[in-house]
Amino acid sequence: MGPQNVAFGVIAASMVLAAVRVVTTRNVVHAALYLVVVLGGVAGLYVLLAAEFVAWAQVLIYIGAILVLLLFGIMLTRAPLHASSELDNDQRWAAAIVSLGLVGLLVGLLADTFGRQRVRPAQVFGGGELADSIFNDFLVPFEVVSMLLLAALIGAVVLARRDD
Amino acid sequence: MTAAASTLALEIPWGVLLGAKVMIILTLLPLTALILGYVFLMKMMAHMQSRLGPMDPGGFHGWFQLIGDGIKFIQKEDVMPADADRRVFALAPMIILISTFVVYAVIPAGPRLVVEDLEVGIFFALAVSSLSVIGVLMAGWASSNKFALLGALRAAGQLIAYELPLVLAVVGVIMQAGTMSLQGIVGAQANGEIFGWGAVGNPFVLTQAVGFVLFLAAAQAELTQTPFDMPVAESELVAGYQVEYTGFRWLFFQMSEYATAFALAGIAATLFLGGWYVPGVEGTAADVLGPLVLFAKIMAISFVIFWVRFTYPRFREDQLQAMAWKYLIPLSLLNILVTGILKVVF
Repeated sequence: MGPQNVAFGVIAASMVLAAVRVVTTRNVVHAALYLVVVLGGVAGLYVLLAAEFVAWAQVLIYIGAILVLLLFGIMLTRAPLHASSELDNDQRWAAAIVSLGLVGLLVGLLADTFGRQRVRPAQVFGGGELADSIFNDFLVPFEVVSMLLLAALIGAVVLARRDD
Repeated sequence: MTAAASTLALEIPWGVLLGAKVMIILTLLPLTALILGYVFLMKMMAHMQSRLGPMDPGGFHGWFQLIGDGIKFIQKEDVMPADADRRVFALAPMIILISTFVVYAVIPAGPRLVVEDLEVGIFFALAVSSLSVIGVLMAGWASSNKFALLGALRAAGQLIAYELPLVLAVVGVIMQAGTMSLQGIVGAQANGEIFGWGAVGNPFVLTQAVGFVLFLAAAQAELTQTPFDMPVAESELVAGYQVEYTGFRWLFFQMSEYATAFALAGIAATLFLGGWYVPGVEGTAADVLGPLVLFAKIMAISFVIFWVRFTYPRFREDQLQAMAWKYLIPLSLLNILVTGILKVVF
């Protein structure tokens, strides 16, 4: 076992623990904070895969922006300091079945695609090569995504705006 | 320091090297916070207000005052509100301090004097410094105090708004330098030429003047320094998210405020003023002089930050948001566009 495997084990274990706590905790702010740990772990996994730029983008966007907005929204509306009993509902079995199905699907797909094939150690993929491939090979999808985001932004403004 | 040591004796195990690097930043961080706090908060503000500031502790111009304050804070009782969320309350100042701590790791102080020269260094620095908002929100919520919560919400709204111009102002520099590595950006400025004249290199403050001003304005807001200090506005919110903190936990907030000011000034110095580079100094000499040059540039930029802080009154909340969304962000997008056009033309 190399140091990378040890690091993967530690990161993966803490991510699983935090992910379980996200859905089992009775405190909505704690749930959001456990989600920080999970998404931070994803960034750690990207670093292990030598995808440095993607890792820091994950930190900047998911933790620095999306989760901050989430926490902001929770605290602006209702953020009780103590556990509340209404954070639970009786759909837990449906949720368990859906997540088990998802795990089965992903594991099955990965096993079917790669089988016993050994995955080669990731090669370092720098910011320059990433930019090259986005703006040469994947220029059209990139622009389509940006149009989609623009449409979502305009839609949000239209929905939120009230002309009295 | 550490990189130089590794060339002198190549057989240093990486664990020892990592420990040494962590120790160096751990020493630098409080030291730089002390320097900024003493020079600007105590002495410069005193002079601007025609008074002396602390003069007695330590003998010479009261230089020992802040260290004495620090010792006092460590001795204080660790008080927590009875209703507070204890774990989150304790964790919040640590997160803020750590988000500053890691930024120090990528700022180069010489050709070989950098803890880790990441290929996407500037992007890394901006990404991890955005983590402090989480700490601020945690502190405000866990204090179980409505002033603290209001302060945290103000801080989050402000930091989200000014994160954008901060990042967008840097894009112009990245485009001009063609790299995101901070060493690469220093090199691009050192080897640059101004219309064929390369004696002093090309500090990007000349070609990216708009970006420099945008960066400083956004940094002022990210640091929640006046005129952007609504999150800790003492006349409205007591001390915002810090109101329930005492002793060494409050010391952490203060330390990270000044250390973050130093780190952001360091990034600004590296991006726009050429970092450790000074014309005519190369090789080993740059490793010796580099930290001093960088320190002088950081002090110059910090001077501007605190000069503005002690000069202007506080903005209103709507003025603050309007400034970010209506002026700084459109202007920084325009700056990127113009930089792109000029980059293609020349």
